Amino acid sequence: MIRLRFRDRLGAFALDAAFESPAQGVTALFGPSGCGKTTVLRCVAGLHRACGFCAVGGEVWQDERSFRPAHLREIGFVFQEASLFPHLSVRKNLLYGAPRADPDNARRFAEAVDLLGLAALLDRAPGRLSGGERQRVAIGRALLSRPKLLLMDEPLSALDRLTKDEILPFLERLHQTLALPIFYVSHDMGEVERLADHLVLMREGRVVAAGPLAQLQADPALPLIGAPEAAVSLDAVAESYDPAYGTATFRVAGGMFRAPAAAAPAGRRRLRVYASDVSLARVFPSQSTIDNVLPARILDVRETGPHQMTAVLGLGEDGAGARLLARVSRRSWEMLALAPGLSVYAQVKAVALLR
Amino acid sequence: MSSLDGAGDDIGQAIRLTLALASLTTVILLLLGTPLAWWLSRSRRWWKEMIATALAMPLVLPPTVLGFYLLLALGPQGPGGALASLWGARTLAFSFPGLVIGSVLYSAPFVVQPIRNAFDAIGERPLEVAATLRASPWRAFWTVAAPLARAGFLTGAILGFAHTVGEFGVVLMIGGNIPGKTKVLSVAIFDYVETSQWGAAHLLAGGMVVFSFCVILATTLIEKRMGRA
Repeated sequence: MIRLRFRDRLGAFALDAAFESPAQGVTALFGPSGCGKTTVLRCVAGLHRACGFCAVGGEVWQDERSFRPAHLREIGFVFQEASLFPHLSVRKNLLYGAPRADPDNARRFAEAVDLLGLAALLDRAPGRLSGGERQRVAIGRALLSRPKLLLMDEPLSALDRLTKDEILPFLERLHQTLALPIFYVSHDMGEVERLADHLVLMREGRVVAAGPLAQLQADPALPLIGAPEAAVSLDAVAESYDPAYGTATFRVAGGMFRAPAAAAPAGRRRLRVYASDVSLARVFPSQSTIDNVLPARILDVRETGPHQMTAVLGLGEDGAGARLLARVSRRSWEMLALAPGLSVYAQVKAVALLR
Repeated sequence: MSSLDGAGDDIGQAIRLTLALASLTTVILLLLGTPLAWWLSRSRRWWKEMIATALAMPLVLPPTVLGFYLLLALGPQGPGGALASLWGARTLAFSFPGLVIGSVLYSAPFVVQPIRNAFDAIGERPLEVAATLRASPWRAFWTVAAPLARAGFLTGAILGFAHTVGEFGVVLMIGGNIPGKTKVLSVAIFDYVETSQWGAAHLLAGGMVVFSFCVILATTLIEKRMGRA
């Protein structure tokens, strides 16, 4: 368990943030720029000293009486800009934080080089790398310092779309191969949907909510469901693949989804469904081009725009399965006399396989 | 060239003395100036700029003013005299150690300023990165800050050395003109002109012109090359 609480005043900005997060998986710190998420990350690293408390896996790094300096905290920090040491080669950058004279070093070095695809870059100078390559080296460098907690401060935001897509698979592999908790600061919901297991929503220096990603995405009390691109991330297990149509089926809590997939997927995957891709029907639409029609129950609803409703659904007849959002016009909401508690069919027009 | 006959040994002595003074001054300034430059670059105390200003004073003060106060400080009544009495001397004025002290003060801004600028240019980030990679502040300084500031160190060393070679006013005030002890190049040139030994004066003056040209060219090239890396 990672527990923290930080208070500080920086000019007109007041920070008062506290949350707990499990010591596993990716915890995304999400919020508009200037909300204090980077400051929280720097406090955890010991790079910024605010009043408060910070404990990681039973070790107290900061409380009223003590403050452990950054170089004594077992963290890895990936900055927004890769910040490689310009006077050292890629290899020396990677090894800078590795423990000295450890017999395990060679194996771990080979692993990181392999995981991040760095083999061809080792003897180059950082000045001769592309933005994406630099950020991969920075991630490898942080990993090789044997952190107990990896802190990433918008590691993709300085990169263009293409480079982002080049790095994201590496981050996902990281997530899947290493049992290393990650704090990931981002203001891009797309990255959060793809990577995060846990979400900390921040606003104006405060934590609005913290909890499992899917739970917060579908929480009617939070602003996320009102966003134009409101969506839920669904943890799914791949079940079968139909090469004739290039689609795969996935089991989620309370239902099955069919989604396009380039190859037969296996194991635990993640799907994303936008609220605007889900419409509701009171009877089963027997003849439809829509692949995914799932029985569900309306759990809650919010008016999220002029004449626009966003309903929170629970999959399954009893509504006990995974949450889904559906965005419908107020007109059709009233015409169909929809209301919380009602059983409906969720018609899902598009499902994306995120990882 | 008859005027050079008796001057040969004299010139050699002046050159050796000048090189010794400039080398020693540069080494001392690198040793003292590096921690000072680091402190000036990193400290957040409001009065650090007062220290920086005091350090930069030799840039604008007439050398005679600096020399005058140094003469008082090094003399029998000053702290320099008290120091000299430890080994039985009466004063540090008109001695080689006195010249070194004067040169260190006089050339300090030329060494400390480039090093401080280089430290400033590094910024916080590389040292933060080093800290997150478990490097102690000591290790971070030697493995990150110092290598990244190497152009500043080189420029500081060259400028400090060259400036010490060229100093005149301060030397004249606190060192006098004692061959083999305090008679450095610039004073020697003055001496030759006063005594109408034009040949020797030409030789030294011409040498200094070439030397200065090389120094400035070298610093420019170093900053260009290292700035690019």
